[in-house]
Amino acid sequence: MKHWKKVATPTLAIIAFLAFWEFIVWFNNWPNYKMASPSDLIPAYGKYWNLFLIYGWQTLWRTVVGLIVAVIFGTLIGMIMGFSRAMRDALYPLLVGFNAIPKATVVPVIALIFIGQHDFNTILIAFMISFFPISVAVSIGLSTLEPEYRDILRSLGASKWTIFWKIALPKTLPEFFGALKVSVTLAFIGTNLMEIVEPHGRGLGHLFDSGKINADYPLMFAVLIALAFLGIVLYYIVVALEKIFAGWAERPQG
Amino acid sequence: MTNLIDIKGVTHAYKTENGPLPVLENLNISVPEGDFCAVVGPSGCGKSTLTRLIAGLMKPDEGEVWLHGERVTSPRSTVGMAFQNPVLLEWRTILDNVLLPLEIVPNSMSKRQKQDRARDLLALVGLEGFEDKRPSELSGGMRQRASLCRSIVHKPDVLIMDEPFGALDAFTREDLWQTMHRLRAEEPFTGVLITHDLRESVYLADEVIVLSGRPATTQHVENVKLSGRTDLEVIYTQEATDILHRLRHQIEVAQGRAPEVAQ
Repeated sequence: MKHWKKVATPTLAIIAFLAFWEFIVWFNNWPNYKMASPSDLIPAYGKYWNLFLIYGWQTLWRTVVGLIVAVIFGTLIGMIMGFSRAMRDALYPLLVGFNAIPKATVVPVIALIFIGQHDFNTILIAFMISFFPISVAVSIGLSTLEPEYRDILRSLGASKWTIFWKIALPKTLPEFFGALKVSVTLAFIGTNLMEIVEPHGRGLGHLFDSGKINADYPLMFAVLIALAFLGIVLYYIVVALEKIFAGWAERPQG
Repeated sequence: MTNLIDIKGVTHAYKTENGPLPVLENLNISVPEGDFCAVVGPSGCGKSTLTRLIAGLMKPDEGEVWLHGERVTSPRSTVGMAFQNPVLLEWRTILDNVLLPLEIVPNSMSKRQKQDRARDLLALVGLEGFEDKRPSELSGGMRQRASLCRSIVHKPDVLIMDEPFGALDAFTREDLWQTMHRLRAEEPFTGVLITHDLRESVYLADEVIVLSGRPATTQHVENVKLSGRTDLEVIYTQEATDILHRLRHQIEVAQGRAPEVAQ
């Protein structure tokens, strides 16, 4: 695909989506307390742009830190499960069970345990909700490594560490990045759960809450779109990293 | 001439849920230095187990494997391996794939020397100009050529090949056979070739060992020095045809389809 097309295609899709949204609201003649339209959002951004910057940054950095912790912890768990059949059998039910618990119900518990530690709590929830896909991807990537790959290096007397570093790790990268794209969006959900369920005056979740309290519906929608925007930005950062570290996995389209 | 590979009375069984499954029983194989030995036998008779034992990836239940007068107890860098699946690393270029063993086996070569060595080998198997391509850009036969280069780049004493040409079409396979002869002329090594293809064994090997059905033991050893010729026509000589006939009969005996009588 030509370079300009790579930018133009998603941009056109977004414009089409916004136009459709505007049309639906206009066609149904919905008042903005039922559903705000894109044209209502512009004044909201204009009025509160400084708040969007401050709260947006708070949400962004806490999400990113939560995500980094999820990558480290998720990869470690994935490695343990990928290399040991016994650990895989032992950990899978625990992980699935843990993941099945709605994180909204965990939020009050966490807020009570670490009372007042707002940044820590928010990061913790972002991490909890987003590490699972990474663990699963890494464990599958490692456990499905064909034995011949291992034998090639083992027959030369390579250590386990060398085999991991030279073969297992790079071979798992495409799966890892696939999972990371899912985790990015999950981490945003985690951050906002904390910001909305346990309000503490920080982040875009707080801005959403104040919109609700003041019946400022365009502001609420503006927050949602701002979150979507941050999610897209982070997603493309992951895509860029994937291109650098796992670009080899991409096949030319036939 | 001394024996480079000595397999003495090797017996091995896999543990399964239904008790032990014996695959090798009192197997004895000797390969003199510089010789090329093909191992043929019915499916599932333990040929792949044999390669893993020689490479030191597994220990036999009983018996001993000796390489170069030393008992094999663990993997050693004087061994090169090639499989049916070329197992190239997709994230590396062809050149970097061939260089992989040199990153692991201790050696005193400079980076320049390593690269030159890998390039020379690639040229020898006809992959000149493909050094910077990725494995996914190459055909199956080309990948297997690159895999062969990787298996001998560190100048191993022993090259173990487990059905390396099994997944290739007939013509590509014949091409690769000739490449093998070219490699042997340039790079002396002792070879063990596991194969299902009797013509392949007769064309490439100095001796062919027929294994019996499971649990496998040495059933027949055939000496196949085909007057030193390396052109494909040699397969169609009367001499080769006679050997193929004898091997064919031995395989049928191994499969339990023919009584073991002299032809």
